[in-house]
Amino acid sequence: MINFNRFYKLFNLISLILVIISILLLFFKGLNFGIDFKGGTLIELRANDKNITVTSLRDSFKNMNLGDVNIKKFGNKNDFLIKIEKKDTSANAIEIIKKDLTEVIGSSFNFRRVENVGPKVSSELLKSSIIAIALSLAAMLFYIWIRFEWQFSLGAILALFHDVIITLGFFSLFNFEINLSIVAAVLTIVGYSMNDTVVIYDRVRENLRKFSDIKIFELTNISINETLSRTIITSVTTLLALFSIYLFGGEILKGFSFAMIMGVIFGTYSSIYIANPILVKLRVSQKTILKEES
Amino acid sequence: MLYFSKFRIILVTLISLLFIYITSSNFVKFDDDFFTKKINLGLDLQGGSYLLLEINNDPVIVQKLQNTTTIIRNFLKKKDISFSDLNISNKSILLTIKKIDQEKIKLIFTDKDSEINPYYPQYKSHQFDLSVEGNKIRLKLSKYGLIEIKTSSQDQALEIVRRRVDEVGTNEPNILKRGNNRILVELPGLDDPMRIKSLLGKTANLTFRFVTQNNNDSFGVEMLQFEDGVNEKMVSKRIIINGENLLDAQPQMNNQTNETVVSFTLDRIGAKRFGKATSTGVGKQLAIVLDGKIVSAPVIRDTIASGNGQISGNFTFQSATDLALLLRSGALPAPLKIIEERTVGPDLGQDSINAGVIALTIGFLLVIIFMFFKYKIFGLIANITLLVNLFFLVGILTLFEATLTLPGIAGIILTVGMAVDANVLIFERIKEESKNERNNIIAFDTGYIKSKTAIIDANITTLIAAIILFFMGSGPVKGFSITLAVGIFTTLFSVYFIARMLTGLYVMRNKEKVDLI
Repeated sequence: MINFNRFYKLFNLISLILVIISILLLFFKGLNFGIDFKGGTLIELRANDKNITVTSLRDSFKNMNLGDVNIKKFGNKNDFLIKIEKKDTSANAIEIIKKDLTEVIGSSFNFRRVENVGPKVSSELLKSSIIAIALSLAAMLFYIWIRFEWQFSLGAILALFHDVIITLGFFSLFNFEINLSIVAAVLTIVGYSMNDTVVIYDRVRENLRKFSDIKIFELTNISINETLSRTIITSVTTLLALFSIYLFGGEILKGFSFAMIMGVIFGTYSSIYIANPILVKLRVSQKTILKEES
Repeated sequence: MLYFSKFRIILVTLISLLFIYITSSNFVKFDDDFFTKKINLGLDLQGGSYLLLEINNDPVIVQKLQNTTTIIRNFLKKKDISFSDLNISNKSILLTIKKIDQEKIKLIFTDKDSEINPYYPQYKSHQFDLSVEGNKIRLKLSKYGLIEIKTSSQDQALEIVRRRVDEVGTNEPNILKRGNNRILVELPGLDDPMRIKSLLGKTANLTFRFVTQNNNDSFGVEMLQFEDGVNEKMVSKRIIINGENLLDAQPQMNNQTNETVVSFTLDRIGAKRFGKATSTGVGKQLAIVLDGKIVSAPVIRDTIASGNGQISGNFTFQSATDLALLLRSGALPAPLKIIEERTVGPDLGQDSINAGVIALTIGFLLVIIFMFFKYKIFGLIANITLLVNLFFLVGILTLFEATLTLPGIAGIILTVGMAVDANVLIFERIKEESKNERNNIIAFDTGYIKSKTAIIDANITTLIAAIILFFMGSGPVKGFSITLAVGIFTTLFSVYFIARMLTGLYVMRNKEKVDLI
């Protein structure tokens, strides 16, 4: 049996530091919102001419007077991703860009993807995404509260906050783009992290019923150990699936799978080192669960 | 109990085979027509255009207020109620009325069956809300009045958009209402939406009016620009005919001038009016006005009584074709603006499918290899379950003809990773139980029973996340939430029906074996 209790203090401190750093990053550095949430135009293009580089593209965009243009390589071959922040572009802005680009550089391009999100739509998407994440946290809180006790509910939700905030903190640190699929990833992380916590909590509850003489400090440790191999195996299989999306699923799913990988790792960790210490702090005992059942 | 009747075994096998058949019908062409449903590929996978249009209802509201002002003017005159300063300000109708008449007016406008202010029987609220400000009365469109205007202009716009898109002839367009002032247009396979965008961007309000030099025209006059944006002419506000009088419009080559023109045919009323106008107006210029701009202003040489005519105006064949198309499909009730556009080229779509399939195959292989090494024979059972689970998942998506998107594929791969969880929970529990329990059958039974609450709770939490994502998400993300949610159900089904049966059959044959798992 591994004595997880020995590392509680250390890991709680690390978690606290990570959460604080993440919050500071989110406040001061902020998130790199994609066009889904900020509005603007995104163009993914493939150049037929191998000599086209980010620099040559940037030069040709300079003359188009489009405001802030962000150009980067996207995946293999001669693929580029161009983000134009100019808001409220006219209806035929994209056609003009297409024409200008072909004229200036001369090489023909394959426009693989063009997205244009107006300011109204982007602010709506941002709003509904925030609502979705808040709603899912509230729903989880409520569900655990019904199925367990409020102490469990509090522990689970703090673990969730921990996972979501640290994942977003990483996105802020590395300046990775936040788009709609990242929101989907965050919601799935919420589901997964909860899933992991619930399995351990279920065992804690079972053991609480079984043993009246074991202190909660000891009991959580037993429960974590009893469910440990499941926790590891499931994390491994989920991570195997996620890594194969990350490595082979194409450029578009990279951000999504990265967020999920982070979420699974922190979700697994937080089930052990956040969700359970809270039960200890709240002095959960056999009485806590028997009160409800009588 | 780990006992399974023959009937149950056969039933589960048949269901599994059925879903294998359904799933494979997406990839293999069977000769029979027994099952023809297929998964729809989302626009991000098959390529295509997604356009979200917003209707600008302001002109419609102004029009409505203008019409109502006329109605009120006539109504009050008929009732002999004196009023003054009847005008429109700040999106409401304002009029000044003597104090003694105010009660009368209030009564007229707030009566349940008021003719001039309807909707009460239907909505328990009138079309206009009335408020008194000193000696003035303000009539403002009520919530329902606005909704009524919006939905009716949305209905009309939807119809016109559909006609225009159909005329262009893209395959299987999807045109849907969104909210009460938006229209969603999905055009599969279309990789350059430029033409459709320019067609939908035009209101196509066509009028024929006389060019005039007379500032005192009784209908009023306005200066209008030509389409070149340079020249302009004074045009009467009197409308001789408008787009609604058109029966047909076609692009045509004029043999004499070698010019592309749009020829049109008028309906009976239009032909009559046009005939009259051209007979009285010989020598005058007739302006053909489209969306507030003069297309051309030919001089009338002869009476045209046939109801056929031509519009000329520096057209290329393409622009003449587009104008004819716009005129045939009719005018939009209000201007549309494209507020969101997403276009994916077909080759990127195919690349995404390929990448998704590779990631799925590799993810699946990694998971089953891992499970086999971890659990041996039970790993094999979990793997068979996982495979059948995949068939269930894709099969159900096929049955409902759901739309598969790239995030949807990610959802399937994620399901592969998470689906083994339920089996792992059960196997681990059985392992624990068999430490204290010699009888394998009892150990298995308790394993299944005791792991149940954890499995259900764990899956419901994921389901909650998926459901919220379904309602809040849009487009591709919705596809992800669907596969995730369906995946949970198929996982639970395959674990409790297939894996349980397979483990049961195996345990029954190895009742005495020590360290079974």
